[in-house]
Amino acid sequence: MVKKSLFAIALTLFFGFLVVGVVSAQQPTPSDDQVNAIAKQLYCPVCENIPLDVCPTTACAQWRELIRQKLTAGWTAQQIKDYFVQQYGARVVGTPPAKGINWLLRVLPFLIIVAGIVILYRALRSWSHPAQQVNLPSHAPAPPAEQPGSQDDYIKQMEDQVRKR
Amino acid sequence: MVANLGFGTLIITFLVSIYGAGAAFYGGRKNKPAWVDSARNAMLLTLPLLTITVLAILYLLITGHFEVQYVASVSSRTTPIYLRLTSLWGGQAGSLILWSWLMSAFASAVTLRKWDRDREFLPWVVMVCLVTLGFFLILSIFVENPFVRLWQSPTGNITTAMFQPGGTTLYTPPDGNGLEPLLRHPGMIFHPPMLYLGFVSFVIPYAFAMAALITGRTDDRWIRITRRWTLVAWLFLSLGLVLGMRWAYDVLGWGGYWGWDAVEVSALLPWLTGTAFLHSVMIQEKRGMLKKWNMVLIIMTYMAVILGTFFTRSGILSSVHAFAQSAIGPLFFVFLGLTFIVSFSLLFIRWNDLKSESEITSMFSREALFLFNNLLFILAFLVCFLGVFFPILSEALGILGQKIPALAGIFTGQKVTVGPSWYKPIIAPLFAGLLLLMGVAPLSAWQFSTAKTIGKAIWKPYIASMVVVVVLFITGTRSWPALLGYWLCALALFVTLYEFWRAAWARHNAQNQNLIEAFWQLVGKNRRRYGGYLIHISMVLMALGILGIELFQTQTQATVQQDGTINLGQYTVKFNSLAVFDTADGRNVARAVLSVYKDGRYVGELYPRRDYYYDTQRPLTIAGIRSTMQDDLYVVLVDWQPLSATGATFKIYHNPLVNWLWFGGFLFILGSIVAAWPVREPERVVFRKTVQTPIKA
Repeated sequence: MVKKSLFAIALTLFFGFLVVGVVSAQQPTPSDDQVNAIAKQLYCPVCENIPLDVCPTTACAQWRELIRQKLTAGWTAQQIKDYFVQQYGARVVGTPPAKGINWLLRVLPFLIIVAGIVILYRALRSWSHPAQQVNLPSHAPAPPAEQPGSQDDYIKQMEDQVRKR
Repeated sequence: MVANLGFGTLIITFLVSIYGAGAAFYGGRKNKPAWVDSARNAMLLTLPLLTITVLAILYLLITGHFEVQYVASVSSRTTPIYLRLTSLWGGQAGSLILWSWLMSAFASAVTLRKWDRDREFLPWVVMVCLVTLGFFLILSIFVENPFVRLWQSPTGNITTAMFQPGGTTLYTPPDGNGLEPLLRHPGMIFHPPMLYLGFVSFVIPYAFAMAALITGRTDDRWIRITRRWTLVAWLFLSLGLVLGMRWAYDVLGWGGYWGWDAVEVSALLPWLTGTAFLHSVMIQEKRGMLKKWNMVLIIMTYMAVILGTFFTRSGILSSVHAFAQSAIGPLFFVFLGLTFIVSFSLLFIRWNDLKSESEITSMFSREALFLFNNLLFILAFLVCFLGVFFPILSEALGILGQKIPALAGIFTGQKVTVGPSWYKPIIAPLFAGLLLLMGVAPLSAWQFSTAKTIGKAIWKPYIASMVVVVVLFITGTRSWPALLGYWLCALALFVTLYEFWRAAWARHNAQNQNLIEAFWQLVGKNRRRYGGYLIHISMVLMALGILGIELFQTQTQATVQQDGTINLGQYTVKFNSLAVFDTADGRNVARAVLSVYKDGRYVGELYPRRDYYYDTQRPLTIAGIRSTMQDDLYVVLVDWQPLSATGATFKIYHNPLVNWLWFGGFLFILGSIVAAWPVREPERVVFRKTVQTPIKA
């Protein structure tokens, strides 16, 4: 009888600890802010170009709840985003995943910028005249952007004043 | 009857446009002034004709002629009169008519200018304007006719046609669908006309550029004529963009002003090339350089205008399949292709006539710095174009993946979104470079500036800007993008103010004027330059607002019961009550009343609400916003339940400095008006002097 009682107590304690362990292993319910932090990085799979955190449709509210469930289950933000891409396609993220033709989006901007700099550099070199040949007064800065041939006398006086300063 | 009148004048306008373009071509080619005058009169005639068309649509909208498909699709019995008027641009068919009407108005205004010294440009300017107008009229007549009516067959089927199909009777639905709620906001009432004004007015400098290429008069005359037109076009385009931002901020309910949506970016494309053009034409005027480049820029701007309208009107942005189904898409595609071929063919024919007259003498001269400015704008344009075009390309190339299995992994044909997370890291450094140039370029001179001269001129504003950074650092700002951004803003602002001060002080000493009078006359004597500086200051203010909201925006969302509170930073928001009620204009309104406390002190009430429109069955979120120059507290009513249950859910954004963005917009208008204000042209003064000399002698 005592043995049975001890066994029952041990069993109760075992399951009790098990339940406490499971409960404590679970995350607390994520807040709206935690959900929105991830939803903000996703687009509504149905509406055109509307971020998931602000989309007012019922479907989007359900998707936000799905994010909450995944967070509760311990998923990371990246896992949740990958899940949405897998389920609804690449259109749900603002930067398409780096695969296939999408690589162009990662490579082309830098190529465009480098090409632009090279083209301008070459153009400037082809147009340029050695700066040493220009006889600049060393002591005074050139007038800031005045137009040659201006008809206003005050400009000359103004520049003289500026030079004196 | 009125629909027939409107459609009839539309057809006549189209025929007049075709005739005018042909007459202009013949008159210009054969040098027959009578034909050119006839073409000019044809151009002028399009305006009253299109005005009749516009008035016909407005009449149908105001009087609720729901048998007209367009009227039924954008208005309803409960739509207020002022919104029925603005419904003219509430749908595709109406907005294309607005485009044509504005185009006609601008082209007519150009046609009425004095052409004494530029008579050879006239036929070609008229031709380009009428061809552009004719293209949009084709769209309105054959694809997006706003006068198409609803017809009912004996079996009850409803069809649409301009004229009565056999065996049908005119069908008038009991009510219309109503205007899309998002379009009922004041921002959206003014945003499309402003944007379209900007779009169509860029056609004018393009027309003159083509006239210069056709006539071979490739000096800077075409630029001098169109300088003010370009500024006005740029002003309207910029205003359209800023109003669009404000509209997005107020009604989209996401606490931001720019979402890098493809439609937004499409509207930005001509602004980028147009801004580059505005700067680079000065190099041609002052130094006789970049003649080819200016042609390229204005062609790109015109094409970006057509492309922007094409992207937003063809349905291609939602899906390439929508493009294929829409008849408007292929027509735009053909027009764009023809424009490209004709414009660049003319440019290459005149290539050798467009040689530079001078050279770059210093990498720090104003012309060199303007070239860097052009580089940054064009890079931004190309990046934005890639961002808008890539989703279309990705989807369209899917067919290759389907046909060739080996390429299926590369060309998936999947729909993709290119959003802020892609744009921001690329565009932000380019815009930072532009801010830096705004801080340096005003101190450089044409031709002769060197690093040394700029260094001597800039050191005072530079030190002042560094003081700002140190103060920000000491007061707790640790974000390096913020410190860099604020330093660039401070540098550009101080340099511009220093330029004002230096010139006003010199005038004060030279002319014995008090400083205010000296400043006033200084700006009056060189409106273009100082108007430009005001625009620079406005851009700095806008950059301040953008930095504030982009780098320091915070937000929170919570569900609270009555008298519950939500905290965000210094602010506490208390939920007082919520009322749900119907209005006379067909809305169901849910309106919350919130008390706002800052640092524990009561500062006012906010009323975020959600309007549900019965006619369109669409909701509209109106945020409650508390605005100061320091920040905005922006509250959105996300959801609500009966108060006894779970209460209401609110999303609260704290947007620091965002109002500087709008304030900068006002200053920008002022600067543009100053820069564009008419002045006597220098050539005219020279001409008069040469006439007076022999009289004196």
